[in-house]
Amino acid sequence: MTTEAMSQQKSRWASGVIPYAQMGYWKPDYEPKDTDILCAFRLVPQEGVDPVEAAAAVAGESSTATWTVVWTDRLTAYENYQAKAYQVVPVPGTDQFIAYIAYDLDLFEEGSIANLTSSIIGNVFGFKALKSLRLEDMRIPPHYVKTFQGPPHGIVMEREYLDKYGRPLLGATTKPKLGLSARSYGRVVYEALRGGLDFVKDDENINSQPFMRWRDRFLYCMEAVNKASAETGEVKGHYMNVTAATMEDMYERAEFAKELGSIIIMIDLTIGYTAIQSMAKWARKNGLILHLHRAGHGTYTRQKTHGISFRVIAKWMRLAGVDHIHAGTVVGKLEGDPMAVRGYYQTLRGMKYDADPTLGLLFEQDWASIPAVMPVASGGIHAGQMHQLLHYLGEDVVLQFGGGTIGHPQGIAAGATANRVAVEAMIQARNEGYDVMSEGPQVLEKAAKWCGPLRVALELWKDITFDYNPTDTPDAIPTPSY
Amino acid sequence: MAFRLTQGTFSFLPDLSDDEIGKQVQYCLDHDWPINVEFTDDPHPRNTYWEMWGLPMFDVKDPAAILYEINACRRAYPHHYIRVGAYDRSKGRQTVALSFIVNRPPHDPGFALARQEAHDRVMRYTLHSYATDKPKGERFTG
Repeated sequence: MTTEAMSQQKSRWASGVIPYAQMGYWKPDYEPKDTDILCAFRLVPQEGVDPVEAAAAVAGESSTATWTVVWTDRLTAYENYQAKAYQVVPVPGTDQFIAYIAYDLDLFEEGSIANLTSSIIGNVFGFKALKSLRLEDMRIPPHYVKTFQGPPHGIVMEREYLDKYGRPLLGATTKPKLGLSARSYGRVVYEALRGGLDFVKDDENINSQPFMRWRDRFLYCMEAVNKASAETGEVKGHYMNVTAATMEDMYERAEFAKELGSIIIMIDLTIGYTAIQSMAKWARKNGLILHLHRAGHGTYTRQKTHGISFRVIAKWMRLAGVDHIHAGTVVGKLEGDPMAVRGYYQTLRGMKYDADPTLGLLFEQDWASIPAVMPVASGGIHAGQMHQLLHYLGEDVVLQFGGGTIGHPQGIAAGATANRVAVEAMIQARNEGYDVMSEGPQVLEKAAKWCGPLRVALELWKDITFDYNPTDTPDAIPTPSY
Repeated sequence: MAFRLTQGTFSFLPDLSDDEIGKQVQYCLDHDWPINVEFTDDPHPRNTYWEMWGLPMFDVKDPAAILYEINACRRAYPHHYIRVGAYDRSKGRQTVALSFIVNRPPHDPGFALARQEAHDRVMRYTLHSYATDKPKGERFTG
């Protein structure tokens, strides 16, 4: 035996520190099993750190490893429990690499986002050998998908609940978001619903403040919802935000919303994964739609080199079980590259799809019949963009025009009517064979001839766009194939 | 302001002409969504099951033939609501894809909102269609 071979053989179990790659966390020949959970991490190693070793370190620290050799590994079938980095690909023109890592199903507790995330993102993001790290995408095998409840109802059941088909749903967030008394707040809800919206929404930070306590808000909003229903003959709803300090408080508020006959409640992402899963079970059991506002996500999803991509958050939330989630507008005031947003929408609505790097989707995904989540587009959108919204976001989406309803010069109901006429006219034109992207503006102009509120909305907001470069875009760009 | 029932995909637009209805039907047929025609004189939003004008037209591929059925239903029930539905049977969907009203009664008095005061300021609401005060067959005729 050569000295080198001896040292290599010895090194795996010798006390002390050896590279993660040598400990078995780098397996370039590994072929992922159908049951493996796969992750793609974007990593930037520190100067002088081999990217393969960096990838192996991520695999190690997100599964069985610690910084030094421990003999107790030898009491386990460690090959099974070690995550395996199996591919490291440089991102051209950058100091970044995409590392692909496979995790055995046995590493995770069934149906627990908390456990899944404590493993995958629990320890590695502060790792000194890395400058930065970002979880880009995951493949969740059907074997694991099926251990989650998923959305309480999903898109199909929601449409059947509402008896609304063939067009995007319309909503608005009550503004001003803070300060209205319960009575004034309900006025906004009533006007928007009777004017033509399907939903009105509490904002993320409307919970139970001194100017308006939750119980009063619920009572006035339900008066508004039912009155608007009587005025139109339609099912209407208001997302009652039940976000609170404790589960006990949230259950109390949700029970009260149910007692009042609300069809939908709402929670914020800030309540945490476990609380979301609890509310998902409650919503399935009690027959209320569950809306999730992604409050706070921008702190860790926006920067391209560090954090978690929103497509991963979207995936976790579909597993955790929400019926609605905010997922970007492309054209509004908040971050959202068109291709990346399409990828988020695919994550939420697709039932089984292939990898598509141009959308940032690095893996295939089979959702195994778990219901689809209705994406919500909210933030700086208005009726004049209806053709773009339909083009980019499709039909299964809630379009939320807060300012674009409440800011209408003729009043809230007129603003709602402008949005409803715009969406119905655009759907009619699309179905008749119009190219909505090129001919959409004329479709809106034509409808504005007979609809005064739409005419006013188009005139007021015609030049309003939010045209900034996105910070988070997929690496791959579509190449023409001839 | 007169009551207008705004259920269905196109209720905020002026009532669709037969030509416009034909174009929507063509869109549905292009997607292999069979068409059905349904009618009712009970417009309550939770009245899910309108009466069926025959079975869904699974095998009809010609919009003119479907318009013929729509018009036959209109002649038989001129004072009813009539809607056209398209059904998507694809896996993961299996529900209505498009649904829009193609006939309205000449006058719909709308809904009353009944309020029943319960405990601690809780209100129980009931939607009641004035039209349904009359028995079937006599609604929307006056």
